[in-house]
Amino acid sequence: MANVFPKWVNTIPIKVVVAVILIKTAVIAGFTYYATPKYTRVGYAPTQPVAFSHALHSGQLEIDCRYCHTNVDRSEHSNVPATEVCMSCHSMVRKDDPILAPVRESYASGEPIPWVRIHKTPDYVYFNHAVHVNRGISCVECHGRVDQMKVVHHDKPLSMGFCLDCHRNPEEYIRPPEEVYNLAWERPKTEEFNEMAAGFVHDWKVNPPQSCSGCHR
Amino acid sequence: MRIFFAIFVFTIVATVSILGFRGSLSKKPPLEVFPDMDRQARYKPQAENEFFDDGRNDRPIPSGAVARGNYFNQNEVFSEDFVDRRLGDVAFNKGKQPDGSFVRTLPTDVSFEQVEKGRQKYEIFCVSCHGSAGDGNGVTKPYGVLAASYHDDRLRNEADGYIYDVIMNGKGLMYGLRDRLSAEEAWSVVLYVRALQFSQNASVSELTAAQRNVLGL
Repeated sequence: MANVFPKWVNTIPIKVVVAVILIKTAVIAGFTYYATPKYTRVGYAPTQPVAFSHALHSGQLEIDCRYCHTNVDRSEHSNVPATEVCMSCHSMVRKDDPILAPVRESYASGEPIPWVRIHKTPDYVYFNHAVHVNRGISCVECHGRVDQMKVVHHDKPLSMGFCLDCHRNPEEYIRPPEEVYNLAWERPKTEEFNEMAAGFVHDWKVNPPQSCSGCHR
Repeated sequence: MRIFFAIFVFTIVATVSILGFRGSLSKKPPLEVFPDMDRQARYKPQAENEFFDDGRNDRPIPSGAVARGNYFNQNEVFSEDFVDRRLGDVAFNKGKQPDGSFVRTLPTDVSFEQVEKGRQKYEIFCVSCHGSAGDGNGVTKPYGVLAASYHDDRLRNEADGYIYDVIMNGKGLMYGLRDRLSAEEAWSVVLYVRALQFSQNASVSELTAAQRNVLGL
């Protein structure tokens, strides 16, 4: 009896195995790379109604974060400043510049400037700005070097794993309170400083929650 | 098999070229696959709200409303036996005597901690225009902001209540900070402004022998 199947059929199983392995690897790799906030959120840089440059105001002029985001150390919400705060300088500086026309219109009419929000935690996360900045966690840990950004972009993933990295080891992120708003500050890599940081965690009774209900209510 | 490899490689190249890499800047808002619990229908600070005519969630304070505590002391303030000593204290809240003249000396306790607190607030809100020495040489001067120097006889002899009033309500080109400073914080800034004035206008004879040694005088 002649062969029913030609000889090349013998290689089908191995080809199928190779194909399945390749496809699975590609799908898993693609999902890991693209389906987390490290891809979906990071890099979001919408066009704002006014081309406000943090690199100029915060970086070059060294205006403190709290000049505008006044309530960051008093409230859970770090506020976007009122138009009056812009006008307290821009009634004198560049007072006829067309870039600032929306600011002047807003100040005259009382209608808020429609700033586009970039960092949005999900509504089931109850993040409190004040408890973080008042206990030595700098703006830079979650927002990146905003003082170098001409256009602000989403710099860190702000995923739950990102939060827990710090909540599990606060002594690796905590800094002296006077350096919280100094985004350029670099952590000294010395044993002495590590002890100091562990001391902050102990002295300020820093006990970041790792249970669900700590952040989700 | 060749066809499979060709399709496989093409799919990967197509995916990467369409989706790009992590961290690349994009104007498109982050993708939320299941946004139902991420974005809940509740009041959030500085958010939009169609219920109100002006579309704002944050409601303006009705005229004549009296502040009663804040985020940090609400438990204390809303307890049964709370007595607000500051409420109706015109000297403390307005910097004025009942007859409308400015209070001569500050109506608060004075301590080194208060001066330090004043320094902190001064370096946030005042330093950009008035300069760290209070001489009007802030970083905004080259941009055309005209700020007063504290070091002249008129300001040295003004009442503390006058300085408080200027901080809170502004004067001339300067906008007031009443939305950004509490009365207590503003008084600590008055204290620090006095310290700055003294620092630029002290004579050697006012120093103790130890201080003179430190300065090499």
